[in-house]
Amino acid sequence: MTLWFAILVGAAVTYLTKLSGYAVPARWLANPRMTRVAGAITVALLSALTVMNTFAAGAGLVLDARLAALVVAALALWARLPFLLVVVLGAGAAGAVRWWQI
Amino acid sequence: MRPSQPTLRPASWTPAIRMGLSIAVATGLYGISFGALAVAAGLTVGQTMALSLLMFTGGSQFAFIGVIAGGGVPSAALGAAALLGVRNAIYAMQMNHMLQPLGWRKALAAQVTIDESVATAAGQTTLAEQRRGFWTAGLGIFVLWNLFTFVGAWLGDALGDPRRWGLDGAAVAAFLGLLWPRLRQREPVALAVLSGVVTALALPLLPPGLPILVAAAVGAAWGWWVPERAVAAPVAPDAEEGTAP
Repeated sequence: MTLWFAILVGAAVTYLTKLSGYAVPARWLANPRMTRVAGAITVALLSALTVMNTFAAGAGLVLDARLAALVVAALALWARLPFLLVVVLGAGAAGAVRWWQI
Repeated sequence: MRPSQPTLRPASWTPAIRMGLSIAVATGLYGISFGALAVAAGLTVGQTMALSLLMFTGGSQFAFIGVIAGGGVPSAALGAAALLGVRNAIYAMQMNHMLQPLGWRKALAAQVTIDESVATAAGQTTLAEQRRGFWTAGLGIFVLWNLFTFVGAWLGDALGDPRRWGLDGAAVAAFLGLLWPRLRQREPVALAVLSGVVTALALPLLPPGLPILVAAAVGAAWGWWVPERAVAAPVAPDAEEGTAP
């Protein structure tokens, strides 16, 4: 398989995956229990994405400068700073730790 | 509430639009990181842009170039990307129920159904704000992500390792920022901790893409079986407005 072929097939597969969810009739999800399931899935996925982006390194876990980003972002959110500032401070924290380590 | 339709004037932007734009800028800038890493992995600028334009789901894109950079064959890269994209089907089901787009909007909505646009929509309390949040974040990220993918691919080696600039820390902060407003009550905190721990345990054990699906399954099981706590429920929807910064 060439690289270009894999890219184009991969793009088609990921798009059809997205589209398949829109083919599920909306009324299937229109009851309180499914609303609750959808809300719980969102919390679980966001938590998983946060953990993955902080600790994942290939197929393992690692503690590095991204932990500083997590801590600084949590403090910024606790202080009710605006979202964009939180993100900038997170990047700054990770960058600063790496710069300091060199 | 809102006296008129939002326009290009910042004064008329609703909280959902402001949140969507903030997320679009933060995520879009992260495209520099993807572009630079993709070229470093051995892709051409054209191949890198094809991934951002056509695949357009960051997790799958990073998985794809990660496999290639690690010496994997293209079919393995395709497999990892497809697996990581499965969560978008769950998002799409949620968005179809929440926004109910019709006709060509459904086809367009599908392409911009990603972590950030869904989280922005889910963070709003009225249908109009959910729609604005989804489309502002989705289309905004699409434009900026592709722009900055190109910048990153073009700068390539000149920039060096994008992690040196803390761009991976930006992603951490962004996802925590999206999760944060949902942690007001004790019960979602318990679920977030549980799914975070499960993800950390699953990461070294399972192939890329699966840990996040395990977390989704934990969330689904929690929502299905754990009874809602009566104390946590009664929050008037209007009181929640303005959660977005």
